[in-house]
Amino acid sequence: MAGNDISSGPGNAGRAQARHEAAEFLLRRHRFRPAEALPWLIAIAAFFVFPDRMTFGSQVLVMILFAISLDLILGYAGIVTLGHAAFFGVGAYTVGLASARLGWTEPISGLFAAAIMAALAGFISGWFLLRYRGLTLLMLTLATAIMILETGNFRSDITGGYDGMPGLVFQPVLGMFEYDLYGRTNYLYALAVLAVVFFFVRRIVYSPFGQALTGIRENVRRMHAIGSPVHRRLVTVYTIAAAIAGVAGALFTQTNAYVTLTVFDFDTSAKVLVMLILGGTGRLYGAFIGAAVYLILEDHLSKLSPTFWQFGIGILLLVTVLFARRGILGVIEDLGRFRSWKGRIRMVPGRIVWSNVQWKGIGMAAFDGALIGLAVGFAANVGRTNLLWSWFVTEPLSVLAWTAAGAALVAAINIGYLVYAERSATGSTPR
Amino acid sequence: MPQVATIAVSILFDGLAYAMFLFITAVGLSVTMGLMNFVNLAHGAFAMAGGYFVVSLTQSYGVDFISSLIIASVLVGLISIRFERRLYRPLYKAGELDQVLLTIGLAFMAIAAFTFFYGPIPKSVPLPQWLQGNVDLGFRAFPRYRAFLIVLGLFLVAVLWYGFERTNIGARIRAAVDNRRMAESVGINVDLLFTVTFAIGSGLAALGGGLAIQLFGLTPYFAVLYLVLFLIVVAVGGLGSLKGTLMAALLLGIVDTAGKYLIAEAGGFFIYVITVIVLLLKPAGFYGRQ
Amino acid sequence: MTAALEVEGLNRSFGALQVTHDVSLTLERGARRALIGPNGAGKTTLVNLITGALMPSSGSIRLNGEDITKLSQEERARRGLARTFQINQLFRGLTVLENICMTIGERDGHCNNLWRSAGARRVVIDEALDHLESLRLVDDALKEVRELPYGRQRLVEIAIALAQKPRVLLLDEPAAGVPSSESHLILDVVAGLDPDIAVLIIEHDMDVVFRFAQAITVLVQGAVFTQGTPAEIMANEQVKAVYLGQDGHHGGGHG
Repeated sequence: MAGNDISSGPGNAGRAQARHEAAEFLLRRHRFRPAEALPWLIAIAAFFVFPDRMTFGSQVLVMILFAISLDLILGYAGIVTLGHAAFFGVGAYTVGLASARLGWTEPISGLFAAAIMAALAGFISGWFLLRYRGLTLLMLTLATAIMILETGNFRSDITGGYDGMPGLVFQPVLGMFEYDLYGRTNYLYALAVLAVVFFFVRRIVYSPFGQALTGIRENVRRMHAIGSPVHRRLVTVYTIAAAIAGVAGALFTQTNAYVTLTVFDFDTSAKVLVMLILGGTGRLYGAFIGAAVYLILEDHLSKLSPTFWQFGIGILLLVTVLFARRGILGVIEDLGRFRSWKGRIRMVPGRIVWSNVQWKGIGMAAFDGALIGLAVGFAANVGRTNLLWSWFVTEPLSVLAWTAAGAALVAAINIGYLVYAERSATGSTPR
Repeated sequence: MPQVATIAVSILFDGLAYAMFLFITAVGLSVTMGLMNFVNLAHGAFAMAGGYFVVSLTQSYGVDFISSLIIASVLVGLISIRFERRLYRPLYKAGELDQVLLTIGLAFMAIAAFTFFYGPIPKSVPLPQWLQGNVDLGFRAFPRYRAFLIVLGLFLVAVLWYGFERTNIGARIRAAVDNRRMAESVGINVDLLFTVTFAIGSGLAALGGGLAIQLFGLTPYFAVLYLVLFLIVVAVGGLGSLKGTLMAALLLGIVDTAGKYLIAEAGGFFIYVITVIVLLLKPAGFYGRQ
Repeated sequence: MTAALEVEGLNRSFGALQVTHDVSLTLERGARRALIGPNGAGKTTLVNLITGALMPSSGSIRLNGEDITKLSQEERARRGLARTFQINQLFRGLTVLENICMTIGERDGHCNNLWRSAGARRVVIDEALDHLESLRLVDDALKEVRELPYGRQRLVEIAIALAQKPRVLLLDEPAAGVPSSESHLILDVVAGLDPDIAVLIIEHDMDVVFRFAQAITVLVQGAVFTQGTPAEIMANEQVKAVYLGQDGHHGGGHG
């Protein structure tokens, strides 16, 4: 057997202790933690605190559900897709068409029908597409989603095209709960569906199958080498995720009572991706935080100006990718881990080694920032007057201020960037 | 019968003009994606920026159309260098997801910024006299602008082909696309090569953006509206292949135009069907490395 | 008795370049064979062909008498063929324990289960911990793989292969990239492997090869140059000329 000198660790008693701790960790990991009640408590509290915002609340719940389905394939299995809207759309149109063309208006059976149709679409497309990875897969998922969109557009006599199918009618949930003007029934209905599906997804994630998915994400070559049927696993999870996205789409149609072809748009795929990334991938609750934060920000900022909001998403994405790749939840976890885990799972934070910092690089960054500031300053002066920023957009001198501000801002960003680079170098950024 | 021939000629002519626009705009994307495997969803934003520079130069500064195209392309090419060095470079080794997110973010910011300064209303551009109206080729009259686009496109194909196949730098690019590590080990400065290629590609995109104003009108959403098409041209043609990009642009340009002439309701349906079929059969595209 | 692994007349080309040329090789049950050869001799390619990561142009591979030439990598692994990689291929973002549990899960087919919790199977966890204990990795069980020093990651690489309960184990330079002060830890593990497992080891360090192997195959330019006992190989002047003489005792680099 291996020599005794292979480990300088503790003796037999210590080893038994370590063994016990390790086993306990895995044995307990899937159990519910008190903190996991938090999102549900907030959701229920929201029902009482904002009774007149329940239509918006339902949209948040629908997007959470959609983001969870994406998390299953992106966060756990590592499948990068730009066409997840396809399954959302298939679900949305299943109940929409069933109601408008077939008179099938019972909501819960509608959800099941949507799940089955979307699962079918997921299984067929997944079986063909999931042989590929990387850019090819990206393009195939994108093209497939648009192809379905164009099919719907082609047969706009059935689907209603971009005008959609307004004024859809659905029966009361369980035949008892009538829809009300403020969407309170819808909210509780969506919350119940979300809870049921979430429980299901949580089981999957902590199952051996879920473990195998993370294995595929972490290292597909090794998965092949240990005899894992990778393609079968991927198609399975893709089908499940498609079904869940389909349920989310069906809920979307039912709670809005209308549906248009925009549900298939690239925008829909991109939006859910941004939400998930913002919240954090591969950790279930990232979908909750991401969708809620995104939609609440959108709700407030786009009232101010849709243009600002769009610029805001861009910046959010940039900052998330460069500095907080694990999303809001990742940041929260890092903060929490420092306190509670006592180094049992050691986090290697990004650090700046000041002596290694290349000041020339930061100077270059400041130069870039100055260029940006200069451009913005000129553009602002050429452009328009704005009450809030009148000095910055009318005084020629303000160009200098823009330039300086740009230089300072980008220099600051660059120093922050070093943290990121350091993290990649030490390999402590997940995936 | 003559009517069928007329329609066929129209499809061919419009399809060719469309294909040339696709080729000019997408070729830079193809080479940079082939060289660095970088998924640049902000490529359309560079094209859009080029378009708006042309609008500003012609309308606010009175520069003529052709000179504006050249100035805008050079300007965007130079600006793109800073983007490449600053934002793209650190993510070359990251996964395609990070690249997608970063560049989508950039595209969103560009759309918002240009909406802020130029507004959401479509812009047009004043054309010189010699590009207006139709040119009569005996059996049928064709719009001069589209004819110009075809001629310019063919000219650029020739220039790029020469640059790619016959010059030293072209040989280096091909070597680096083929096998980056090998190219580095024989002393090719791939980093610099990529910056240069990226700048040229972005400059060409800006040219495409400027040329597209007359065809489609220019709004800030140009940055994402045609992006999917560029990506499809690149993927179907094969990353880093000039010939592939041209073939794919021709195929998709003509098929799309034919689809719109013959079955208007189908929209872009056919090109997506073709894309999926081609990629399933040849995942690396027509001329890509397997 | 059928041999654990029989490779016969294996060929493989990349375009015009033939990287494996008519290679035949037999591993008896419990064999300890080393595969040596200069850089670029096609050693790793041979391992890839045997495991199914690459498909041969011609030739046959039999595992415990069963023809596996046409089988996929997964199916071969399920029949008891395990390997380690020259460059670590680990689940870096997962804990060491999860790395092993997952391997056991895939081996026993638990991973088809979507409903039961992974942690609910005490037997799997205990077996995983046994594997870790035999490699003295228990203290690192809850650390993420990427936090471990490279040498210990190499041990995880071996632990995963052992958790597959292989009948044939292919070790591709198990000590590669490990500082020489630590490499003996890994080589001790290799020396202490279950005597029932047939082992093929690619190794550059001749001390290790001569200490560990009962038989040696020398691969040169994709073809078997010669085979024999360590003593025979050591005495073979031609081998010295093409390999030992070329870059000394510690032929560096990665084949």
